[in-house]
Amino acid sequence: MPARASWIPYALIAPSVVFLGVLFIVPLVQTVWLSVATGDGISLENYQRMAGDLNFSLAVRNTFLLTLVVVPVQVALALAMATMVTKLDKGRDLVLWVLTIPLGISDLAAGLAWLSLLQNTGYLNSALYALGLISGPTGWLSQETPWALFFSIAMAEIWRATAIVLVILIAGLQLIPKEFSEAAEIFGARPWTRFRRITLPLLKPSLQSALILRTVLAFEVFAVVYALGGRNFPVLAGEAYVWQNDNQNYGVAAAYAVLIMTISLAATAVYLRVLRTRPEQLP
Amino acid sequence: MTHPVSLSAIVAAAALFGGLTVAEAQETIFYSTQLRPIEEATKVRDVLLKGLPGKTTYVVDEPPAFAVRMKAETQAGKRTASVVGALHGELQPHVQADLQPIDDVAAKLADRGIPENLMELGKLGTSQQQYIPWMQATYVMVANKQALQYLPEGADVNTLTYAQLQQWAKNIADKTGQRRLGFPAGPTGLMARFFQGYFYPSFTGGVVTPFKSVDAEAGWNAMKELWAVSNPNSTNYNFMQEPLLSGEVWIAWDHIARVKEALALQPDQYVAFPAPAGPKGRGYMPVVAGLAIPKDAPNRAGGVAVIEHMTKPETQLATAAEVGFFPVVKVDLPQDLAPGIKLLAGAVAATQNARDAVVSLLPVGLGAKGGEFNKVYIDTFQRIVLRNEPVKEVLEAQAKVLDTLMKDTGAPCWAPDRPSQGACPVQ
Repeated sequence: MPARASWIPYALIAPSVVFLGVLFIVPLVQTVWLSVATGDGISLENYQRMAGDLNFSLAVRNTFLLTLVVVPVQVALALAMATMVTKLDKGRDLVLWVLTIPLGISDLAAGLAWLSLLQNTGYLNSALYALGLISGPTGWLSQETPWALFFSIAMAEIWRATAIVLVILIAGLQLIPKEFSEAAEIFGARPWTRFRRITLPLLKPSLQSALILRTVLAFEVFAVVYALGGRNFPVLAGEAYVWQNDNQNYGVAAAYAVLIMTISLAATAVYLRVLRTRPEQLP
Repeated sequence: MTHPVSLSAIVAAAALFGGLTVAEAQETIFYSTQLRPIEEATKVRDVLLKGLPGKTTYVVDEPPAFAVRMKAETQAGKRTASVVGALHGELQPHVQADLQPIDDVAAKLADRGIPENLMELGKLGTSQQQYIPWMQATYVMVANKQALQYLPEGADVNTLTYAQLQQWAKNIADKTGQRRLGFPAGPTGLMARFFQGYFYPSFTGGVVTPFKSVDAEAGWNAMKELWAVSNPNSTNYNFMQEPLLSGEVWIAWDHIARVKEALALQPDQYVAFPAPAGPKGRGYMPVVAGLAIPKDAPNRAGGVAVIEHMTKPETQLATAAEVGFFPVVKVDLPQDLAPGIKLLAGAVAATQNARDAVVSLLPVGLGAKGGEFNKVYIDTFQRIVLRNEPVKEVLEAQAKVLDTLMKDTGAPCWAPDRPSQGACPVQ
């Protein structure tokens, strides 16, 4: 029996390995190749063009700024929401269901929904006008109002993707045995102390997964930005799209793709290291 | 057909995944980037392709997907479409690799009366015919009638200048508190064509050669003033018919196909007229869509039949009436056109017959670099107008990019630039 058991796991995992190999590793290698291959051999020409482009530094700045603002806000919000949801006795499923609705909406659709709120003839302006706060249609999404534009995109992203963090954290919270918290309560620990000293450390593995997932996705942000800001707010994935589709230069587009992948890998490595959990710390 | 069941299963599966299929030998697949909206595609299927013998399937795709599919099919060695319809600039990157010369078709159609210069464009810079002109369009200005009361004194919309346009938009902004001149400078808008076909020819009399000339400098300074009275949302607009219909914009410049809906829905509300003139004349750019036959087309005869049918005078007239693209052959438009299309036809005629018209042709010979050519103009616009960088420095820097691009492709000058030996020079 043991001899037979040794190959079964490999056989079971083989289809997904083959799947990943064919549909992920091969295109990945092709993309890297595309980004360095030029007419006469291998060179960094595409990377030089990428870095020399007028939107490059803006795209890097915007992408990082958005990630730095959106991800912490999402984690904080999701933590608060998850803690509240787990405290609920009645209607927990209904609340959870409502909170995770944005998860089921495609990101472009979410961007368009926010566009209908925020554009000149949108609901926000109608409401402000009815309240007498503005005298006519006011633009929030033009390149002349960069901060309003940034704020709008950040809001839409927070609204759209907090739910995925919430789902992961709720699963994590359910893994923590109630006994720890009850024991601390008997010793007189206040809610905030219990949250900080018990919940948060034991939630670390889930936080790590949520952070990795959200940060990687934040570096790839595209559809919401495209719908709300178009070219007014360049981001890395958007530039890759423009180089591929409008400029028809696949090499530079591939260079952007490789850059996004490198940043994502680096962020993942940082999280894996900083939020490392030793086996004895697991609940 | 030894395995009819499995073949039909494959056909069904391919159809399910949105692909084209090589079903029967007599079917002709007509693959197009033009007339994509469902109403227009239906007109093509039900009206314009009527009367063709055999089965013709009209399939549409976005331009980037078209480019990828054409190249992918060449690489795979398996062609599905027998005839393709696309803009001049969209066909350009496919010369030699993906298209087959069709001099024989051109000879057959010699009696159609397609103008010599249009046929010449169809050679795409080679010595052989690559596509047959299919239909043409251009860009016009459209204004809401509410804007007309603010026209500067002595100005006539049909002979407008850029200075008058600026004054007009300024009057509107001053009087109504809203900047209501709009440009399609959004991600999929056609702003690059404004600079190449309208702004540069009007201010400098050229497109490439005088890129950084003193005239160009003066032009960009005028553009900055124009932008100051334009709707700041212009960098989000792709099709001007939408902000026109919502009332956000009162004066707009765009491709006729992209303002058509506004004019068709409310013909009484708008006027259409030629683009303004600058110091060097009234630049304008005709847009040509062509029909070509891909390499290894599965049904070449069917493809040729489609081209012959679509270029018949009666089909050309039906095309104008049904979808608002104008004929490439010499015919007179009927009097009973829909009011919106009539407005457009009037503006197009006024543009073509303007005494100071400067025709700017579509870029020729840039191959796959057409996108990067557009980028030069859009980047210049972004830097000078949106980011307020010094005009002279930006023009110097962008002129270098343009010069490299011209030398890399070896593209000779096209009108209105003076003909060149070898690559078009940037002075």
